[in-house]
Amino acid sequence: MSAYSVTAPSHRSKLVAGALVLLYTVITLLPLLWIISTGFKTGPDSIAYPPKVFFSPSLEGYVNLFTSRTRATNEQLATMPPPANWVDEIVRRRNEVITGPSRFGERFMNSVIIGFGSTFLSIFLGTLAAYAFSRFRVPLKDDLMFFILSTRMMPPIAVAIPIFLMFRGLGLSDTHLGMILLYTGVNISLAVWLLKGFIDEIPREYEEAALIDGYTRFQAFRKVVLPQAATGIASTAIFCLIFAWNEYAFAVLLTSGNAQTAPPFIPTIIGVGGQDWPAVAAGATLFLLPVMVFTILLRKHLLRGITFGAVRK
Amino acid sequence: MAETPIDRLARNTPASVAHRVRGLSDRAIAWAFVTPTILLLLAINIFPLIWTIRLSFTNFRANRPNEPVEFVGLRNYQRILTDPDIWHTMQATAHFLFWTLFFQVVIGFGLAWLINRKFKGNDLLTTLIVLPMMLSPAVVGNFWTFLYQPQIGLFNYAVEFLTGGSVAASSFTMLGSVELAPWAIVIVDTWMWTPFVMLICLAGLRSIPDYIYEAAEVDRASKWRQFWTMTIPLVLPFLMLAVLFRGIENFKMFDLVVQLTGGGPGDTTLLTSIELKREAFEKWRTGFSSAYAIILFVTVFGLASIYVKALNKVKER
Repeated sequence: MSAYSVTAPSHRSKLVAGALVLLYTVITLLPLLWIISTGFKTGPDSIAYPPKVFFSPSLEGYVNLFTSRTRATNEQLATMPPPANWVDEIVRRRNEVITGPSRFGERFMNSVIIGFGSTFLSIFLGTLAAYAFSRFRVPLKDDLMFFILSTRMMPPIAVAIPIFLMFRGLGLSDTHLGMILLYTGVNISLAVWLLKGFIDEIPREYEEAALIDGYTRFQAFRKVVLPQAATGIASTAIFCLIFAWNEYAFAVLLTSGNAQTAPPFIPTIIGVGGQDWPAVAAGATLFLLPVMVFTILLRKHLLRGITFGAVRK
Repeated sequence: MAETPIDRLARNTPASVAHRVRGLSDRAIAWAFVTPTILLLLAINIFPLIWTIRLSFTNFRANRPNEPVEFVGLRNYQRILTDPDIWHTMQATAHFLFWTLFFQVVIGFGLAWLINRKFKGNDLLTTLIVLPMMLSPAVVGNFWTFLYQPQIGLFNYAVEFLTGGSVAASSFTMLGSVELAPWAIVIVDTWMWTPFVMLICLAGLRSIPDYIYEAAEVDRASKWRQFWTMTIPLVLPFLMLAVLFRGIENFKMFDLVVQLTGGGPGDTTLLTSIELKREAFEKWRTGFSSAYAIILFVTVFGLASIYVKALNKVKER
């Protein structure tokens, strides 16, 4: 860096810019902070006026999220054995007894299975195809970007009609396998596009050297290209995972019981007289937090994926 | 170096044999690597599209698979294009599309421009600003209905607070009022997706080399002039790309808005995707909704093609 640059922003303009961006950041994060804090409120605290910023934290929302409960009168409660643990205690304070676990755990697991399953499949198939597109002359090479764009132009609902019929015919409705295949199909064109970009950046000379050393093409791919592309593969994987994790339209239309993921489930958490907001917020927190942490930790590698490859280093 | 017998053998071996000896040929590898992906794309993307086109000429209803299916020709298309309700949803979509793009471009570019001053901590703030767009729109959209509650909602309270109490928090319902609901969905979408436009603009700004500005300084071009004649034209292709992606995404907007308003009140926020869902999965008019889907697809496709042509022209300049 030169000691003096005519184009560098002045100290004052940096300060003003920093202050404005900080202000925007605070405002934009408020809803997210509100989700997290509402999860630790009691029912009455969550709907207080004016909205409560300071409150005594409670795990009621989380307890409600994981249990299903029924109302009990004081007389019924009196005849019961004393509460076995703190969860029981929280519930009985509101004249309720636990009747069993809620479906949240199952739905969350479905999100994990479908998310990781489809990510693995997209990356596995995508890396192979991206390598071929990058290194060989294959048909469809030039149509790849068209594929990506056009598959994204169809509203998911429009695709859902024939997929719904197709899955019904094949017995894939409401199954994990069906959702994994579907999300892979949606993700793969973009995954190939991103991965091709990463593989293009690896000099061909490395593989050629390996081929001269007596490696087969496949060995060269496995032992030279794959390790070099590892960062790109990882960032594409995170992108695919986040898509599958967040997806709602297909999930709500094509799954109902068995394979339903968390996004269609969380908005249906209801309590007495409407949505149970602390429980909804608790579920949302558990569901959103992994993505927030991922985003913060892996910000450098994510940018290319979330901007569809438009942003390169 | 002298030629060894192995070298001589290698030189004299026909290429076809050599390939077979050294594992699969490049051609075979290329096909083996690409085929599974192409099959999947055909199954999940191309085949459904063809099926939708076929269904759009019929009166098929997916909830009555045993009824005889009749070919009705272009009747579905004709009914859609002459249906005033459909035009109404198109207008609602246009309103949503225009204002979300407008706010996201203005705020997103502004933020990118400020962040590009490279003040201390700009990296951290960029990451924090990006958070909303990484989250599940359905889950976040559902929670926004809580923020929009009259009286107890944080949004309404913030409005009361910022106006010094002259607009009471209980005096308006963002999602329940015919005038406010179209703006309520614009606000949430802008909150969620401005970072996307910001990121792409930031990439554009960072791609401008410093020496251009240095040259302008030497020529004593004012900052104002530099901004309009250099910064804006150089960022424009990036900005247009951001608008293309956001435009396509928002044209088919479903998850966020269906959670926020479900199309209501009345049908003031009935975007095309929500209307499509009602026709296809509530009224089960599969043939009709297939035709509708094709019309939407052709519309987006046509608009996007024209737009990409314009984008390429801007890039060439």
